[in-house]
Amino acid sequence: MRIFVHQLRAEQLVFWRSKEAALFIFLFPLLLFVLLGSVYSGKIYGVPAPQALLAGLIGYGCANTAFAGLAIQLVLRRENAILKRLRATPLPAATYVAALLASTLVVFALQTVALFVLGRIFYGTPFPAAAGSLVLAVVLGAAVFSGLGVATASLIRSGEGSSAVVNFILLPMAFLTGSFGPTRHYPAFLRAIGDVLPLKYFVDLTNAVYLHDHSLWTKPRAIGVLAAWGIAGLVVAVFRFRWEPREG
Amino acid sequence: MSAIAVRGLRKSYGELEAVRGVDFEIEQGEVFGLLGPNGAGKTTTVEILEGYRRRDAGEVSVLGHDPQSPGPDFRQRIGVVLQQSELWPNITVRETHRIFAGYYERPRDVDEVIELVGLTEKRDARIKTLSGGQKRRLDLGIALVGDPDLVFLDEPTTGFDPAARRAAWEMIRSLRLLGKTVLLTTHYLDEAEQLADRVAVMRDGAIVKIGTPRELTTADLEVEIRFRRDGEDVLVRTSEPVRVLHELTGDALARGEELERLEVRRPSLEEVYLALLEDESPK
Repeated sequence: MRIFVHQLRAEQLVFWRSKEAALFIFLFPLLLFVLLGSVYSGKIYGVPAPQALLAGLIGYGCANTAFAGLAIQLVLRRENAILKRLRATPLPAATYVAALLASTLVVFALQTVALFVLGRIFYGTPFPAAAGSLVLAVVLGAAVFSGLGVATASLIRSGEGSSAVVNFILLPMAFLTGSFGPTRHYPAFLRAIGDVLPLKYFVDLTNAVYLHDHSLWTKPRAIGVLAAWGIAGLVVAVFRFRWEPREG
Repeated sequence: MSAIAVRGLRKSYGELEAVRGVDFEIEQGEVFGLLGPNGAGKTTTVEILEGYRRRDAGEVSVLGHDPQSPGPDFRQRIGVVLQQSELWPNITVRETHRIFAGYYERPRDVDEVIELVGLTEKRDARIKTLSGGQKRRLDLGIALVGDPDLVFLDEPTTGFDPAARRAAWEMIRSLRLLGKTVLLTTHYLDEAEQLADRVAVMRDGAIVKIGTPRELTTADLEVEIRFRRDGEDVLVRTSEPVRVLHELTGDALARGEELERLEVRRPSLEEVYLALLEDESPK
């Protein structure tokens, strides 16, 4: 436990000290929210547009932080042999992974709080009524997308390409799953692609919880699909994860 | 008890036999050099001892542990400096040492370690502002911060300029004063000669020679005698220089000639090393 707390603090120091990463991972979704909120007006899903956008951008923030940010960091650490060096220390691998995931959750949770605060200030959006369900949704989303992030990191071969590969997945996924606004006017085949992606089901959850004050458990199917994606990510991670740089 | 004992160590990657039956022992407090060209199997050997790779065959004991299934205190007692690695660019020297110190039960004082590796002035500098040599000193610092009994140094001065190499050598010598056991790999002969109590020369996955640097230069060596006769250079290699010289000079005296440019020399360690590497049949 002492080592876990020590490592969590180290991860937080490393994350916030790297200005470029912190800017992209933490601030970018906030910026998008403020921008989109000023563009859309009227009602979406029966609620004021900024509120609906906020629910979608929690989804984008989750994928950006836990999936993209974590995957890129892990590839760089592997290729720079930071992971290899840590393996020669008494820091247990499980403690390291746990601290890294906890650190990612901390960043995503702070980001979600910041979204609500910004929404309140700029667009008068309410704080969530079903707060308990929202906290659960945030933790579930962070877990699922972290699993997918570790899996993706395991499949990426080089440090240079990691950012491109990850964003090539992230941005279309966010677009197709309604993170940047509703998809009901999209062509059917685009919506069909969106329907298999995990972010769609996470946004379903944040919509239900934040826009309609439903409890998380009213969406068992979405929870099930997310869990399935998370388990798939975990399986890939367990079999493909490497601590050492890929040589040659 | 020896710090490291290796018997019949073997490791292949697919068809390639990287290590083909290696034996050696390292005493506690000894600085031991594994010397050889790139691809000789040095790094594979060291990475098996560090616990990174599984061996195909042989017996290995490191501080009384089998590094393939080490007890909990194995990693408390070793320090590893990898051949190539980077750290977090925006974290300072002191913060990096403190992060690593937190992994150990009995770490050394962080500022003391930073002073030992000569980074006191750079203590609050971010890693991305350090020079290559300073980064290597940081690598050594975080390998020492857990106060290990055994330190692995994989090619610690590759790519250094001469001044940085001298500084690194001084640091490695200071490890001996601390009583650490050191296993050092290098492809620089002078480095092995300067630092190591004993040297094993590796070639093609096997040890071709093992001993003190002095033993390597004196054992079964032939002395070279050179001179010029009738306008041609003559080279005689002999293990009995006194007798051969006596004959040569006696002969020249009898004929009333001078042995032009007469030179008697013992091959340098460098030449012995190169001869070992060129030798047709490894032991």
